[in-house]
Amino acid sequence: MGNNKQVWQSLLACVAVYAVLQSLITLDIIGPFWQLNIVLVCINIILAVSLNLINGFTGQFSIGHAGFMAVGAYVGAVLTVKLQLPFLVAICGGAAAAGFLGFMIGLPTLRLDGDYLAIATLGLGEIIRITILNIPYVGGASGFMGIPRYTNFTWVFFLTVFTVVFIRNFINSTHGRACISVRENQIAAEAMGVDTTKYKVMAFTMGAAFAGVAGTLFAHYFYIAHPASFTFMKSFDILTIVVLGGLGSISGSITAAVLLTFLSAALAGYPEWRMIIYSLMLIILMIYRPQGLFGNKELSLKMFGRLMGGNKRGTTEGN
Amino acid sequence: MALLKVTNVSKVFGGLKAVSDFDVAIEKGELVGLIGPNGAGKTTAFNLLTGVYEPTTGEIEFDGKSMIGLKPYQITQRGMARTFQNIRLFAELSVLDNVKIAYHFHVKYGILEAVFRMGRYHKEEAELEAKAIALLKIFKLDDKKDEIAKNLPYGEQRRLEIARALAAQPKLLLLDEPAAGMNPQETQELMKMIKWIRQEFDLTILLIEHDMSLVMNVCERIYVLEYGSIIAQGIPEEIKNNPRVIEAYLGEEVE
Amino acid sequence: MEFTFTQQLIQQLINGISLGSIYALIALGYTMVYGIIKLINFAHGDIYMVGAYVAFFATTVLKLSFFPALLMAMVVAAIIGVVIERLAYRPLRYAPRIAVLITAIGVSLLLEYGGILLVSPQPRTFPAIFRADVYTFGNIVVNSQQILILGVALTLMVILTYVVQRTKIGKAMRAVSFDTDAAKLMGIDVDRIISITFAIGSALAAAAGMLVGVYYNSIDPLMGIMPGLKAFVAAVLGGIGVIPGAMVGGILMGIVEALVSGFISSTFRDAAAFAILIIILLFKPSGLLGKNVREKV
Repeated sequence: MGNNKQVWQSLLACVAVYAVLQSLITLDIIGPFWQLNIVLVCINIILAVSLNLINGFTGQFSIGHAGFMAVGAYVGAVLTVKLQLPFLVAICGGAAAAGFLGFMIGLPTLRLDGDYLAIATLGLGEIIRITILNIPYVGGASGFMGIPRYTNFTWVFFLTVFTVVFIRNFINSTHGRACISVRENQIAAEAMGVDTTKYKVMAFTMGAAFAGVAGTLFAHYFYIAHPASFTFMKSFDILTIVVLGGLGSISGSITAAVLLTFLSAALAGYPEWRMIIYSLMLIILMIYRPQGLFGNKELSLKMFGRLMGGNKRGTTEGN
Repeated sequence: MALLKVTNVSKVFGGLKAVSDFDVAIEKGELVGLIGPNGAGKTTAFNLLTGVYEPTTGEIEFDGKSMIGLKPYQITQRGMARTFQNIRLFAELSVLDNVKIAYHFHVKYGILEAVFRMGRYHKEEAELEAKAIALLKIFKLDDKKDEIAKNLPYGEQRRLEIARALAAQPKLLLLDEPAAGMNPQETQELMKMIKWIRQEFDLTILLIEHDMSLVMNVCERIYVLEYGSIIAQGIPEEIKNNPRVIEAYLGEEVE
Repeated sequence: MEFTFTQQLIQQLINGISLGSIYALIALGYTMVYGIIKLINFAHGDIYMVGAYVAFFATTVLKLSFFPALLMAMVVAAIIGVVIERLAYRPLRYAPRIAVLITAIGVSLLLEYGGILLVSPQPRTFPAIFRADVYTFGNIVVNSQQILILGVALTLMVILTYVVQRTKIGKAMRAVSFDTDAAKLMGIDVDRIISITFAIGSALAAAAGMLVGVYYNSIDPLMGIMPGLKAFVAAVLGGIGVIPGAMVGGILMGIVEALVSGFISSTFRDAAAFAILIIILLFKPSGLLGKNVREKV
């Protein structure tokens, strides 16, 4: 099948991109500022794509994503710092813990709709953060310090590729279509035999798990995990990326993550201006271009050459 | 044994009795109509049968098993599919995807197989696509398979709804006003199609309709609903001349 | 003298009712706007903040006394509320609800960070324009400002109830929130009514903001976030879209928060609000006084 050829080409492209960037880093041609931002871009891609799975593809309005990120960060940190376990275990642990919490939260709250679900997820994100704030074992209000810097470009790059491929392949399957049908018309989806509750919870759990991965990566890059990094402002940040890129477009989330990470870096000295630009972006996008950059379409290799022949959902090259 | 047996079903919303003493029996292979003036409770009846509402009293047996308390998707999985009075297509998705989704619960591959593109994924996706396109061909929508559903003309959207319901491979098909908004020619074609799919797909069909020509020409048996209760049932001839029915429909022309 | 349980309870109840009046005033704005256009106006808590700052400006620069400053704060906030509705929400009147929600989040952030840029993030001290007399009953302390808060809040709520129940405009508001299309067909200028609703809600929030400034003496640009969220929970608790519900919900929220703060720990007071939200949404989403509305299939 033509599929296998495409898969090998994509794989090759990924490894090539990795090799190029990694050598630039090792040779110090890409300095610390750019290294930091590449890591942040990748973490934001994981956060945005995982939130897009919940909000964009399944149509469930969740604005508490930072809570899951926090769980991943703290659980991962506990595993490496307190239990001296290897980084891979921390990542899996962070993902599992966040995913589990997502499942427990999703089950009861996903029968709410629209606005109510949004507020419930916002509240739950805050409850998670406040609870962490009150646990002395993980540092409480001072934060969890002394986290070793295990996160490097290699980890971050391949986990990002894994996330994007995982979610993209999920979407382009019958299970992904089931999620999308929930977004499109939940009543019709039920009538067509789709267990809508199961798929809502599934999307929510998966999204939460990947947010947990991002959290673990985040904590192990910045040496510290602090509740203040995981407020609803962070959730809004991620939401802005997803909305800008397009609810329902993975390419959009990737592109927007790149754009907004560098925008934030450029405005690092002017945090209020950054927030004002973000807020204006949200308002103007919603009024004039609610579909964001890519709507629910994907960047397709068709745009660069007919030879590839892409299907409608195209191919996105993880970078 | 009747395929669908509804006994003494009623539905009360707060103070309002939307449906009461609803008794229906449909044998396999029948083409039955449910008619009644506006607000008689026909769609409520459908919603009760498909699990959208739970009956306040009574029993609903489908294929020998009770459907009470089951969720809509479970009822569909057991062989009852429906269309909607106000079209409920997956508007932003393609025609093909609309149909593929209705095949979903027949697909066996799991999430891991989907994500890692292994096992049964490729084979079942190919089968799924082939079946969906074949179904669309029957409904003459295959040339529009990549069109976005909301861009289809109204008549084709209604056809797509029916095609989609059939993709769920039901034993009993519930059609909620399939001819709504159609001109006489389209209605004629619809009548032919309903009779044909009953045969081709070995279906039992229950339909709600206002268009009397369609009902009288297509249905073998008819139930008449008024204010939530069945006031008459029988073959079209009997119903046409039933004074109670005429009274309920006062002013409506029955050909 | 020992602080007995009952005394502590009564003290917290008093604190709670005072706090709850603030929440009730803010909650009214949420519930009225939700009732009329089904929007959770995320920016509403920031209108409360704007009201506090306008009052601050009125009392420090214009040297107005309490009631004129209150009036000014309410009027300015009402205007701002109407402007926001016109510019940000009206274009999205027929858009999916999520789009308006996202826009509301944007407006909220804009007010907060615009505020920081305009008036600096440093908290400002509110001038003492209302004497704080303290009355003690044994171990129980009641502040005259708490009585002021309760008094102003009650008065405003009574006026609002009168307007909604007994005036033509109130009837129009109820009609629009019940069935917008039918109201339009009856000749009601729906746009105007929606603007008026925003104006009233914003004015009430501004009053709350000023009262808080007077009582706590300190205002800052981000002061609206938490009270805004908690007032929203109060509106949901009472039954979103139901005006008496906002009042009941607000008072209850205040009491619960005071009790949690007094008897458990003050770090959990915020979490208590969210916990109430989750519980209500899971068990009775229509709230204490609300009604369930089904979607037609």
